[in-house]
Amino acid sequence: MSINRRQFIKIAGISTIMGLGGTSAVDLLQRNWLEAAQYSPDPKALTAKRWAMVVDVSKLKTEDDYKNIMDACHRVHNVPELGNPKDEIKWIWKETYEHAFPGQEHEYLTEGIKHKPFLMLCNHCDNPPCVRVCPTKATFKRKDGIVMMDMHRCIGCRFCMAGCPFGARSFNWKDPRPFIKEENKEFPTRMKGVVEKCTFCYERLAKGLIPACVEASQEAAKKAGTKPGLVFGDLSDPNSEVRRILSSHFSIRRKSELGTQPSVYYIIGGNDHA
Amino acid sequence: MLETALKGSRKYWGLIFFLLAIIGVGFIFYLQQFFYGLGITGMSRDVSWGVYIGQFTFLVGVAAAAVMVVLPYYLHNYKKYGRISVLAEFLAIPSVIMCMLFIFVDMGQPLRVLNVILHPTPNSVMFFDMLVLSGYLLLNVLLGWTILGAERKGMPPPTWIKPFIYIAIAWAPSIHIVTAFLYAGLPGRHLWLSAIMAARFLASAFAAGPALIIILCLIVRKYTKFDPGREAIQALGKTITYTMILNVMFLGFEVFTAFYSTIPGHMHPFDYLYVGLDGYTKLVPMMWLSSILAISALVLLLNPNWRKNETTLAVASVAVFFSLWIDKGFGLIVGGFVPNMFERVFEYWPTIPEALITLGVWAVGFLILTILYKIATTVKEEVVYDKYGEKQIKI
Repeated sequence: MSINRRQFIKIAGISTIMGLGGTSAVDLLQRNWLEAAQYSPDPKALTAKRWAMVVDVSKLKTEDDYKNIMDACHRVHNVPELGNPKDEIKWIWKETYEHAFPGQEHEYLTEGIKHKPFLMLCNHCDNPPCVRVCPTKATFKRKDGIVMMDMHRCIGCRFCMAGCPFGARSFNWKDPRPFIKEENKEFPTRMKGVVEKCTFCYERLAKGLIPACVEASQEAAKKAGTKPGLVFGDLSDPNSEVRRILSSHFSIRRKSELGTQPSVYYIIGGNDHA
Repeated sequence: MLETALKGSRKYWGLIFFLLAIIGVGFIFYLQQFFYGLGITGMSRDVSWGVYIGQFTFLVGVAAAAVMVVLPYYLHNYKKYGRISVLAEFLAIPSVIMCMLFIFVDMGQPLRVLNVILHPTPNSVMFFDMLVLSGYLLLNVLLGWTILGAERKGMPPPTWIKPFIYIAIAWAPSIHIVTAFLYAGLPGRHLWLSAIMAARFLASAFAAGPALIIILCLIVRKYTKFDPGREAIQALGKTITYTMILNVMFLGFEVFTAFYSTIPGHMHPFDYLYVGLDGYTKLVPMMWLSSILAISALVLLLNPNWRKNETTLAVASVAVFFSLWIDKGFGLIVGGFVPNMFERVFEYWPTIPEALITLGVWAVGFLILTILYKIATTVKEEVVYDKYGEKQIKI
């Protein structure tokens, strides 16, 4: 059977188009299954099935206790200081009880609780609304429970900010780089127009280090001879410190009625951890 | 048919250049926003959506409202709408384009807009909104152009267009339902987390859109020889009467649920919008203006004598349009963010660059509308008789 030139070009053209379309379709399907990591993981890396944090506010006493923790995070992550609440970017910060747990406050609360600052950060929810609403998968949940940000994919639509019930997300309303006091070259700075938030220090976990805020809290506790206010660990491991604390203390989570399943737990009570 | 847009009176060209000038100003300020970032707007960490997203929301409704003309005409054979179905479709086109532009100017990284298609995410309502909006735009371009083209040649529209007409009728409510779902499914935003949001969106859309069509019909009749027809305008008047009643009722339902249950989270946004919260009252005058306009419009519309009078009908239509523009294009969005997730009040007000960019996008819409209406009216002036043999030209 012979074919003429016209038929040949037709067949060649169609098969090229199908071929291109075919490979890109396979690419698209595969892309969702790929992990972001490009290299084999560091053997020292800290891993977990479900990372979680316990904030024991009774262990945080002075203004400095809070400042050390917040500064540690904002310093290593190049969080800019913009100096006004409108453009503010924050990954970890203080709120009073009535604002941290709206609806839970009442006028007969002890003075201690009424004025006690609570540390706020991304809750790394099990069922995160921000991930659900993001139109580009720029924010996604990792297998270990960390709700991550891909700041190169984020289009800056801020749907996640509307979706997050915890006000954990900040947007770069302008170029943040001139407002970074001392740049940490180990961690990327951001550009204008993208959303950012706490990532449970995924970059430190990958190197075998605990999150910067927890480390700062531990160091301060060691110096003062007390227990740290922040504890980090694997929620799925019954022997982990977070689990031991949660099984022996009354704990609360922010807005648990919304069903997002936050993995940041707050202990108000006070006794020393078991 | 496009060539008819190139021949026009002095007034026509005056309007075109006026709109181009506004677009130019808006574009200059957009460049400023592009290089500096969205920080030049009044939006903040706490009120992270503002007038841009508000306009988008409002205009989706205006776009969807074409169905209020197309449905009675094609499904119930209401012949009086035969002359203006193209006007309704040609209003939907610039409305959807404005929606898309408002989303675009609201983006922090506009150059990455294609990520929405490169990384399709079916669990995001925004992804579906993009699909239904682009589909609706294509449908209306196809329908408006084909039907007007047939009219120009003095032929009935081709039969293959029929399925697209039915698809478009079903498609129109979907764009506004999906847009309502952007808001109605977010945990923790009390003002939005309500099952009646989609219904309220449809009611307000089917009031604001036809109100604008009435105004446009009256303008077209005044400045061209084409007459959209008194009966058509009167029928639209009835539509906005019913839909505006529904809209006010739905708002009332929300207020009832919030204030009879006295759940603080549900009451706070309404408190903020209508009386102020913790001493913050920036939006109160606007929201009351919206309410007063809504009530005055209903008073004018409910009295048949006033509704039948085209002057009072025009006044009522303008009142409906602006009432809903404030309610949906501003209050509904800002109210969702106030108080914030910590029950604190941070207020929002658009900045001058933000207002001028907004105006620029509206001018783009009106430019497209002007050109499309010029084409439509020129064709209709030449045809003289509508498809039912009635004269559609003023003597």
